[in-house]
Parts: sequence; C-alpha cells; structure tokens
Amino acid sequence: MRDLVRVAWAIAAKDVLLEFRSRTAFASALVFTALVLAILNFARDPTAVSAHSLAPGALWITFTFAGMLGLNRAFGLERENRALDGLLLSPASRTAVYVGKVAANLVFVGAVEAVALPLFALFFNVPVVPVLGPLVLVIALATLGFVAVGTLMSSMAVNTRLAELMLPVLLLPFLVPPVTAAVQLTAHLFAGRPFSAAFGWLRLLLGYDVIFVAACILLFESTIEE
Amino acid sequence: MAAAVTQPAVGVAGTALTVRGLERRFGHVRALCGIDFALGEGDSLAVFGPNGAGKTTLLRVVAGLLLPHRGEVLLDGVPPGRADEAHRRRVGLIAHYSLLYDGLTAAENLRFYARLYGLRDRAAVERALEGVGLAGRSGDLVATFSRGMVQRLAIARALLHEPRVVLLDEPFSGLDQRAAAVLRDLLLRLRAERRTMVLVTHNIDEGLELATHVAIQVAGRFAEFGPAAGDLAAYRDRYSEATAGRA
Repeated sequence: MRDLVRVAWAIAAKDVLLEFRSRTAFASALVFTALVLAILNFARDPTAVSAHSLAPGALWITFTFAGMLGLNRAFGLERENRALDGLLLSPASRTAVYVGKVAANLVFVGAVEAVALPLFALFFNVPVVPVLGPLVLVIALATLGFVAVGTLMSSMAVNTRLAELMLPVLLLPFLVPPVTAAVQLTAHLFAGRPFSAAFGWLRLLLGYDVIFVAACILLFESTIEE
Repeated sequence: MAAAVTQPAVGVAGTALTVRGLERRFGHVRALCGIDFALGEGDSLAVFGPNGAGKTTLLRVVAGLLLPHRGEVLLDGVPPGRADEAHRRRVGLIAHYSLLYDGLTAAENLRFYARLYGLRDRAAVERALEGVGLAGRSGDLVATFSRGMVQRLAIARALLHEPRVVLLDEPFSGLDQRAAAVLRDLLLRLRAERRTMVLVTHNIDEGLELATHVAIQVAGRFAEFGPAAGDLAAYRDRYSEATAGRA
C-alpha cells in the first residue's frame, strides 16, 4: 500500500509539474470555458429562457468538455519520447500508475472547475454562494466518476492514431449517467428545492463512482499492456 | 541461405536470461517465430539483422513491454508471471526513444524514475549523471539537450536501478564520437561487472567488439547464433549471405 501511494504520488506530482510548466492544457481549458459560458449566455433570449433553467446544463457542458482537454493530455504526456514504456518497464504496479494519473487529472479538472465556477456565477447571475457546500459535493462526486472513466479511456485512446478524437467518442456514452445526475442535482440546488428531494440522483452519482472507480482499477492493466 | 544455423543451447540452470520458442505476431505479420537462446551471467549477445527482422520486437518482449503469443522469457530461470515486479527490476532497456520527459530537467527525470524503482539512495541520481558526463547539466530541461546528450541521459535512466540484464536497441545511433566513446566505455564496464546484455545493432564492428555471442536475425528467426570469436571479414560475408535480398 505504501508503495502504491509513493508511486502514485510521484506520477501525479510529475504530471502536475509538467502542466504547471507548460500550462498548455490549462490555458486551453480556461479559454474554452470562458468562450462557452459567454456564448451560451449571450445566445439566450432572456425573455424566453430564464438563466436558472439554462444554468445547470451550461455548467456541466462547460465542465465536461473543458475537463476532456485535460484528460486528453493525461496519457498524451506519456506519448512524448514513448515515456509510457518507461512507466511500464518499471516495477510500479499498474494500479499505482492509474491512481497517479487519476490524481493528476483530478487536480487539473478541479483547478479548471475552481476558475470556471465564479465565471459561471458572473455570466448567469445564479446564487452559487448559498448552495456552495452541496454544490461542491455534487461537483466532487461527478468529477471523480468523470475523471476515473476518462483516465481509463485516455489510456485506451493514447495508442490510436487519432487519440484526441477517439477520447470523446469512447468517453461520452459513459458520461451520460453522472452528468445527467449532476445536472438534476444542480437544478435542484439553484431552484432552492430541498436537497433531500434529489437523493435518488445523489445515490446514482455515488453508485456510479463506486462501480466505475473499482471497474477502472481492475481494467486498467489489460488496457495498457500490449 | 548457405550459412550454417547453430542452434543455441537453451537451458535454465545457471543462465541469467533464457528465451524459449518466442513467437509474436502483429496481425498477420510474424515478427518473431521461434527464437531460442540462453545467456549466462556476464554474457553479451549482439543481434544483427536487416530492418524489419524483428530485432526491436525481440527486445520489447524480453523487457516485458510486449507479451509473446508463444514461448517464454526467463530471468535466472524464473518466468515473469510469478514475479513480475522482480522481473522488471532486473531489466534495463535503452530503447530507440529516450523514454524521458522534455519538460523536466535531467535530475528531475532521474529522480522520477528513482521513485518508480523505489531507490532509497539519494546519491544514485548524481552518480548516474556523473557516469554519463551530465552532472553539469543536471538542472537543465531535457528539451534543451542535443541528441547525444539525450541518449546519454537515456542510458543513465536505464542503468539507474543497476539492472542485471541490459537490453540495448541501436544505442550508438545518432551519437557523436564523444558520446559514442562514453557509451562504449560504459558497456565495457557493464561487461566487466558481469551484467548480461543483449545489443541490437547494425554496426558489426561495434557489436563484435562488445559481445561474447552474436546472432543474425532474419524474418523473425535466428539464422545464426554462436560465440563472437572469428574474423570480421568472414562474419561480414556470412551476414551478407544471410540477409541477401532482405535489407
């Protein structure tokens, strides 16, 4: 277990350092976030569609696609100089490699979400602060499931010729349950309805995380070995 | 193919590296078809062959990066499955690619790999950098290195955990004279330390100088395998004959 944590930490720290130095994916994700939020906001006819009804969908479209930019980079980093071979040659367990990649992706997606949320509140003028606690819980649960599955798919797509195109094709069908649940829960929160009325969606989100995190850990080794 | 094919003795007892009946396909292409050899501690094998003979595939299978479709690789008589992590700890691969991160410094790259291998000796990274003459550039990003420097750092990475079996894929390609001399000295030192080596190269002179055994690989098979003794000109003739029409 200590070895797993040590290796996962080394991989996550390395990925975060590389992203911090280049800032390519982060900058792209932020530009994308600002652009999507601005377009959705200005394309809306305020007399026909209220900000509250559009806001949950807009938030999760932004999070999902901005996060995907980071997931693409997760194993793209390892394609450079075939560094993935270096990871696979080492005695590090494949589970540790996967956990390290998930941790780095969570940092990346979390950072994008941390910047995107205030932007979203600004553009859509929705009361984020009063529901910040439960909203952060929903975002954390949905992000965990999204990143767990996205990291696995990224490892599958990395050796294909069109990795950047393959990732959304592979990933998006798997994101329907967590994103739907997250949108429903977010809509409940913004509408000021009690959180308890949406426990079904919360259970779906929790169940998805438990099942898919476990499944991805088990499947990772077979997707990465040639 | 007129050259006599010397079938290697494939044993387990006392051998550092045993390869038995190795087969690997890519779709319909058979990259390896029935490779057998055994090397003892301190033995080094130079594998020559034309492009597409399956030499790199052989190294990748021995390293554990590719799974064979048939056959097995044993280190000290132990097949991988049973002790996978120990297997990987014993092998070092110097590949076509550097396996390094351009966005990290030389020292950061080696420190990262040291952590993956669980090396507790903090001085190991400095020693490795000194060993390849890069101590003065340890804080520089790999992206700023020349091809030769990257290759030297790749060698330091591959040898950082002091593997008993060292696999080298065209290690001299792209190196200037100075870097080639550093590498040659390093390989001679590894031989003196009785490490087992498999060296894939097109350069027959260098291969024969460094190896105790030589093999000519053609179309996924060893057309010849034997001790490196013999005269260079005769070996060149046999190589030309074995690879005629294949290069």
